[in-house]
Amino acid sequence: MDWLTAVQWSPYAAGIGIGILSWFTWLISSKPIGCSTSFARTAGMIEKLFRGKKVEGKLYYREVKPEIDWQWMFVLGIIGGALVSSLLSGDFGWQWIPGKWEMAFGNNMWLRFFAALSGGTLLGFGARWAGGCTSGHGISGTMQLAVSSWVSAICFFIGGIAMAHIIFNVIA
Amino acid sequence: MKAQTKKIQLVWGLLLGIIFGFLLQKSGVTKYDVIIGQLLLTDFTVLKVMLSAVVTGMLGLHLMQNLGWIKLRPKAGSWGKNAVGGLIFGLGFAILGYCPGTIAGAMGNGYLDAITGGFIGIVLGSGLLAAVYPSLNAGILKKGYFGDLTLPRFARVNEWIVIIPLSIVLTLLLFWLETAGL
Repeated sequence: MDWLTAVQWSPYAAGIGIGILSWFTWLISSKPIGCSTSFARTAGMIEKLFRGKKVEGKLYYREVKPEIDWQWMFVLGIIGGALVSSLLSGDFGWQWIPGKWEMAFGNNMWLRFFAALSGGTLLGFGARWAGGCTSGHGISGTMQLAVSSWVSAICFFIGGIAMAHIIFNVIA
Repeated sequence: MKAQTKKIQLVWGLLLGIIFGFLLQKSGVTKYDVIIGQLLLTDFTVLKVMLSAVVTGMLGLHLMQNLGWIKLRPKAGSWGKNAVGGLIFGLGFAILGYCPGTIAGAMGNGYLDAITGGFIGIVLGSGLLAAVYPSLNAGILKKGYFGDLTLPRFARVNEWIVIIPLSIVLTLLLFWLETAGL
């Protein structure tokens, strides 16, 4: 059972596994693998805590209901699956500053916190603008040959590659 | 009965998500360094995982659809929606170093930048989009609308005329990455 305790698998083995998993999400649940809608539902549920039922009347939340659905549980499962995998391999560890970030910007926790916060805000805004993320468009949509998803996935990487080069080769 | 079916589906979501999280963590893409390495074009793990998933999934899903087992639902889109939203996503992707799926994996891996700032940010950004959605929806999201078009319908060919060559090209690309030592 060495494969369960291995720190890292071949990316092809993991990728083929994800491809096969997508057959089963469709067969069992008639759902594509996806993640970002659940963050929008979470935002709506939090807003509902403060503003009550009227949040459900907002145009966006009429289309994306602020409730726990299949995909929300799927995203919760990702946390659990990654936890199990990293505990089995001993790769689990509390870590504030990733290695490449530390090499470029040092180990100031607050700098990394605010970068993650602002990057996350742009990412969440962009994902819901585009109607999907690296999973929903990048994997599930491209395999369905959707033009919307191929355009999105290519733009994710154009924007990402450009910004990463600015961060690490211009700013740092 | 219907309420029970729904509850069972929630359990399936959780179970299938656990497998996805396990695979993401084992592939290495729950790590900031791996994702930034991809965006800096020094580590191609992310592309290798994604393309092998896409080829495997594409062959299986279209076969299952031909057999009448499933009905695929390609998402509708437009240039204003997918190109503009995709570029905004990309900027955030590089600053955060995780995406919505891999950040859930990073949270399970114990990464505190993901658990705190990253997670809060994605929820906040999603909520902000919901707030401005009515005006976007009346304008830019409809610019260059092409609907739920697929590549085979765009090319007016049978889907397998796209699937087979695309699978070969993507597989050759992966072989080329390996021989180039990337």
